Amino acid sequence: MSEGLLSWGAYPRLPQRAHDVDWRDELPDVLVSAAKARGTTLAYGEGRSYGDSCLADSGHVLTLRALDHFLFADWSNGILRAEAGVTLESILAAVIPHGWFLPVTPGTKYVSLGGAIANDVHGKNHHRRGTFGRHVRRLGLLRSDRGRVVASPETEPELFAATVGGLGLTGIIEWAEIQLSPIRSSQIDGISVRFGDLDEFFALSEELDAQHEFCVSWVDCVARGKKTGRGVYMAGNFAADGRRAVENRRRLTFPFTPPVSLVNACSLRAFNTLYWRKASSGRRRARMAYEPFFYPLDTLLKWNRIYGTGGFQQYQALIPESEARAGIHALLAAIAQSGVGSFLAVLKRCGDIASPGLLSFPRAGVTLALDFPQTRHLEPRLFSRLDAIVRAAGGRLYPAKDAHMRGEDFRRAYPLWEKIEALRDPLLLSRFWRRVNR
Amino acid sequence: MKRILIIGATSAIAAACARLWAGEGASFFLVARHAEKLASLASDLDVRGASAVATFIMDANDTASHDAMLEQAFARELDIALIAHGTLSDQAACEQDAALTLREFTTNALSVIALLTELASRFERQRAGALAVITSVAGDRGRPGNYVYGAAKAAVSTFCEGLRARLFRSGVSLTDIRPGFVDTPMTRGLALPRLLTSAPETVARRIKSGVERKADVLYVPFFWFPIMALIRHLPRAIFKRMRL
Ligand SMILES: Cc1cc2nc3c(=O)[nH]c(=O)nc-3n(C[C@H](O)[C@H](O)[C@H](O)COP(=O)(O)OP(=O)(O)OC[C@H]3O[C@@H](n4cnc5c(N)ncnc54)[C@H](O)[C@@H]3O)c2cc1C
Ligand SMILES: NC(=O)c1ccc[n+]([C@@H]2O[C@H](COP(=O)([O-])OP(=O)(O)OC[C@H]3O[C@@H](n4cnc5c(N)ncnc54)[C@H](OP(=O)(O)O)[C@@H]3O)[C@@H](O)[C@H]2O)c1
Repeated sequence: MSEGLLSWGAYPRLPQRAHDVDWRDELPDVLVSAAKARGTTLAYGEGRSYGDSCLADSGHVLTLRALDHFLFADWSNGILRAEAGVTLESILAAVIPHGWFLPVTPGTKYVSLGGAIANDVHGKNHHRRGTFGRHVRRLGLLRSDRGRVVASPETEPELFAATVGGLGLTGIIEWAEIQLSPIRSSQIDGISVRFGDLDEFFALSEELDAQHEFCVSWVDCVARGKKTGRGVYMAGNFAADGRRAVENRRRLTFPFTPPVSLVNACSLRAFNTLYWRKASSGRRRARMAYEPFFYPLDTLLKWNRIYGTGGFQQYQALIPESEARAGIHALLAAIAQSGVGSFLAVLKRCGDIASPGLLSFPRAGVTLALDFPQTRHLEPRLFSRLDAIVRAAGGRLYPAKDAHMRGEDFRRAYPLWEKIEALRDPLLLSRFWRRVNR
Repeated sequence: MKRILIIGATSAIAAACARLWAGEGASFFLVARHAEKLASLASDLDVRGASAVATFIMDANDTASHDAMLEQAFARELDIALIAHGTLSDQAACEQDAALTLREFTTNALSVIALLTELASRFERQRAGALAVITSVAGDRGRPGNYVYGAAKAAVSTFCEGLRARLFRSGVSLTDIRPGFVDTPMTRGLALPRLLTSAPETVARRIKSGVERKADVLYVPFFWFPIMALIRHLPRAIFKRMRL
């Protein structure tokens, strides 16, 4: 039924033909038939990756949305087993009433369990809990050469390490078992503090990260000069008491895709200035529901359409701790000078908890993420400058967000890539993998 | 807490309804023909909040097994029984094959009528409960593109019309659910018009509320009611010339 699927950034625009899997027992056959046309295929989750890592090199993807059954729950110990197509949204709906929450969540709940593992996603609590993959106890893989394999840190350690953050290349994840985190209330005791420049950000992060499980900052990507890196720091902890409830807020859908991006230099400057001014200068504390805290963007469905039919790219870089101050400053200065950017630029300090995954993105350091409307000038003029800064600082880009990274840069930043290539299922290949291995 | 029997429980539409009821803590007796699918569904409803889930493997066309199934299902009184199983008949193949046509009739009409007959008496004895069966808008008028399927669904709808009036006196409701295009395994590979096609979750919300408020006939989504009214009223002289 579905017309060609795209990634979240709708760039590169390579519509994918979907091969639906409705039940687990059909998976082996559909895997082979989807790969038949052009030799390879790839699992497609909810398509929340921005670039081309969720696009099959062949243009034929396996869609596992219907594999969304919960298989087992142990409510006394917070262990949950589910098929890979289950979304984080349905996990929350099922587990919150029992006093549990996702151990790690990205900034949207519309991602699948399989996708969360394949990109080894991180959230606002990276400094405390590491990546999603740390909380995966075991997973069921289907490989075209080995059939069904159960991988865990104990039973198939190599395959497990290659699959966590393995970009969907090491087999189709059929199901996974995760360890949940206990909560008493589903509300957050939050604090927000405005900062005037990057030094203030680092000072705040130094002081407050340790006191909060969840931390993230919005940064004004338009501000220049002494104001470079000004923004709003937001942190919080689950409240010890209070309501525990699944939230179902009303959502709006952005109704159409305009021919040109609605995000431009004018709207950007106006929004960012307003947003910064609106944040009060002191420390503001508030109790809030988990949805606006974790998923502010989820209230507007299909918001990616605001960038128009040309699509957009996200640039997410991580600069190692030692170079973080200078590196992030240089990135922000180059972006402000370019005059393009997004309403939502995010700054987050990651911790040093290692992931079990070989290709996992986060490391100790600071990550900056922001969106840019796609134009033909974007890569040669801006991204090449940003890439040079990241390279010099020994940083790396996030494959889940990427549509442009050079092969050399990928292979330098992720030296273990060859292990993934060695364990790759011969029937699986993404556009991303083809691009960075050239 | 509602007690619910679903026949053809692994249908995507039925499963979506069951999930809504599970969220309210309902208990289930699920009937389907594939053990593995049924087990996934049962664990799923359990995690989503069902208070109890029992399963029974049965092919609906095996009428001899209906009794044993109902005996177990009615170990306790039921609040709701939903019949959902069905197959989208291959019209072109049916035109060449009378045996296939009859098989399609058995699945989509006869097995359903057999089940309704038994369920009706049991619900009548309870003097309470809601019966529901998924037919289709295709039953509203025979179209050249799928009149075998349509006729079988129409037979069930007409059967329901009479049975509903009989059950009315004992306080039992019977909801005839007529979906339009729904994106499920049944319609995979068909080029359905996107604007008229709904997700199983969307139709499930309307089915659940319709069954609970004891609606008689339920077009899902609602917009199929005017569409089918129009199609039903097209003059035959025009209708027979159309390729629908
Ligand atoms: C608004 C927004 C906020 C975000 N915030 C964050 C954030 O804070 N942190 C973060 O880390 N990420 C973030 N992301 C990115 C997102 O979390 C990841 O891209 C995630 O992996 C998307 O999951 P998906 O289900 O959409 O998978 P897709 O994007 O469809 O696929 C992602 C990868 O998973 C693979 N895959 C999917 N299912 C399977 C399977 N069953 N078996 C094997 N491989 C599979 C695909 O092949 C592909 O390589 C954000 C994205 C958006 C849109
Ligand atoms: N999808 C639509 O557009 C649409 C429109 C109008 C009406 N409907 C009706 O809605 C109902 C549900 O269909 P769906 O869309 O949810 O499709 P579906 O997911 O394919 O469900 C059909 C179900 O019927 C079961 N079934 C078929 N023959 C059976 C038999 N002899 N015994 C037991 N079970 C049998 C199938 O079981 P297995 O999985 O074991 O094969 C399957 O679970 C059907 O009655 C259909 O006619 C659907």
